Amino acid sequence: MEAYIVAIAIVGAIYVLLTLGLTLQYGLTGLVNFGHVGFFAIGAYASAIVSMQGVPLVASFAFAALLAALAAWPIGLVALRLRDDYFAVVTLGFGETVRLAITSEKWLTNGVQGIPGIPRTFAGLGVGLPGALATLAAITLVCVAAALALRRITRSPFGRVIEAIRDNEEALKALGKDPARFKIQVLALGAALAGIAGAFYAHYITYLSPDQFIPLVTFYVWMAMIMGGVGRVSGAVVGALLLMLFLEGTRFLRDIAPDAISGVAMASLRFGAVGLALILFTLFRPQGLVGDYTRR
Amino acid sequence: MSLVVRDITKAWGGFRALDGVSFEMESSGLLGIIGPNGAGKSTLFSVVSGFIAADAGSVALDGTPLDRLGPAARARAGMIRTFQVPREFHHLTVRENLMAAAPGQSGEGLLGLFLRPGRVRAEEDAIRAEADATIDFLRLARVADTPAGRLSGGQKKLVELGRALMAKPRLILLDEPFAGVNPVLIEEIMARIRDLNGRGIGFLVIEHDLDALSRLVPRLVVMDRGRVLATGTPQAVLADAAVREAYLGGAPA
Repeated sequence: MEAYIVAIAIVGAIYVLLTLGLTLQYGLTGLVNFGHVGFFAIGAYASAIVSMQGVPLVASFAFAALLAALAAWPIGLVALRLRDDYFAVVTLGFGETVRLAITSEKWLTNGVQGIPGIPRTFAGLGVGLPGALATLAAITLVCVAAALALRRITRSPFGRVIEAIRDNEEALKALGKDPARFKIQVLALGAALAGIAGAFYAHYITYLSPDQFIPLVTFYVWMAMIMGGVGRVSGAVVGALLLMLFLEGTRFLRDIAPDAISGVAMASLRFGAVGLALILFTLFRPQGLVGDYTRR
Repeated sequence: MSLVVRDITKAWGGFRALDGVSFEMESSGLLGIIGPNGAGKSTLFSVVSGFIAADAGSVALDGTPLDRLGPAARARAGMIRTFQVPREFHHLTVRENLMAAAPGQSGEGLLGLFLRPGRVRAEEDAIRAEADATIDFLRLARVADTPAGRLSGGQKKLVELGRALMAKPRLILLDEPFAGVNPVLIEEIMARIRDLNGRGIGFLVIEHDLDALSRLVPRLVVMDRGRVLATGTPQAVLADAAVREAYLGGAPA
């Protein structure tokens, strides 16, 4: 049971990192990023591949963040000239392109066969609970650092400008500031967080394949952000943990009524439950659990 | 030192929104542009401020050609515009709206933010003080901490003016500052504009409210169907037969 809880906590923390990245991009700046999973995938594969060449994990994590941020650069340059809705389509396409590239570039990623045997974080502590706990401590530390950095940003001149971009980009231009410069930085920073989340994922699961990086992951992150409260750092944390509660909690329905629900039906029911939760949230608490940027 | 607009032409498909518009003003002066709906006033504003590219013609501020510059660069050159429908940053407070407009903040860079927090804090204190002084000047102190989206239309126009002032322009382009504003506030806004003009800030004002504009500016440009019809003192242009035909529908005054 402890192992199970630690496992959920680690995956939950990975979603916290992803949600913090999206909160910066959408919640604060208004960039509709539907391709978050692409940056997550780039981080995961980057860290997995270089670490299997013997690069130490600290360096491979940094490489994952850097590569994800660099991938955001061209997206930013292309997308800056686009309206919100087109930007959403471009990023959705980006996420799928990354997945297809991973699927087809077998020399690098081993295609659909995937990459097994990725070195575990804190492998020195063995495969049991101590190693998992150390991993949990490490990712929690990274989450706290990221949340604090984001908090610092929201209360700074930089944060003021990106929120101004979200509210009215043209007005900001009229005041002599270039939204483009800020949007690229925000995209890169959010992508770097997703990249680090990907690295944690790779070295925790220890096996990667393209089907782990479907668009559904992006939309889970969106759900977490919406349930927690768009544009709030605390909302990202609360929302990601709530998402885990829904995804994992629905598993236990089967323990209550094991004969009534088959395994396949259960999987569908989980999606149904998460979808229902999202609908109820948008109907009855659109500002999310902790409130969003419209009511501070 | 002046704003020089030369032979601006802009067509949308077959429709000539602007057809060889020229005018000049002292960059510390006060000039009004009037004209009926569809005269091309707002299009002219967008061309001058760089939001729309002209098909032909040129714009220069104090001897510097602006034609190759985008809107942000033109604003940095010293010319700030407002919008007909106010574009406040609606979730930011009035104070934050003004603070966001201050130029050259080192806290707008991520490196400066995390590596030089002391400097950023000192700058923020100075910018906040300046914003508060501007808020007092515009009599917005009561709503300083209110999200700008909740203000009345007239108050939003004042916020836009405040933001423009924070950007430290030489010339401010006001797009219908009196539209949808109650009469008391119109007098208020006019008083602020005169005050600022006295301190050397120029204003180019588009306005529908002929009466208010005539009382504010010493010189008017009258536009109709994309052309300049007349230029001169309010009394002179309003006496012009062509102006009366276009703007007042030929009705006797």
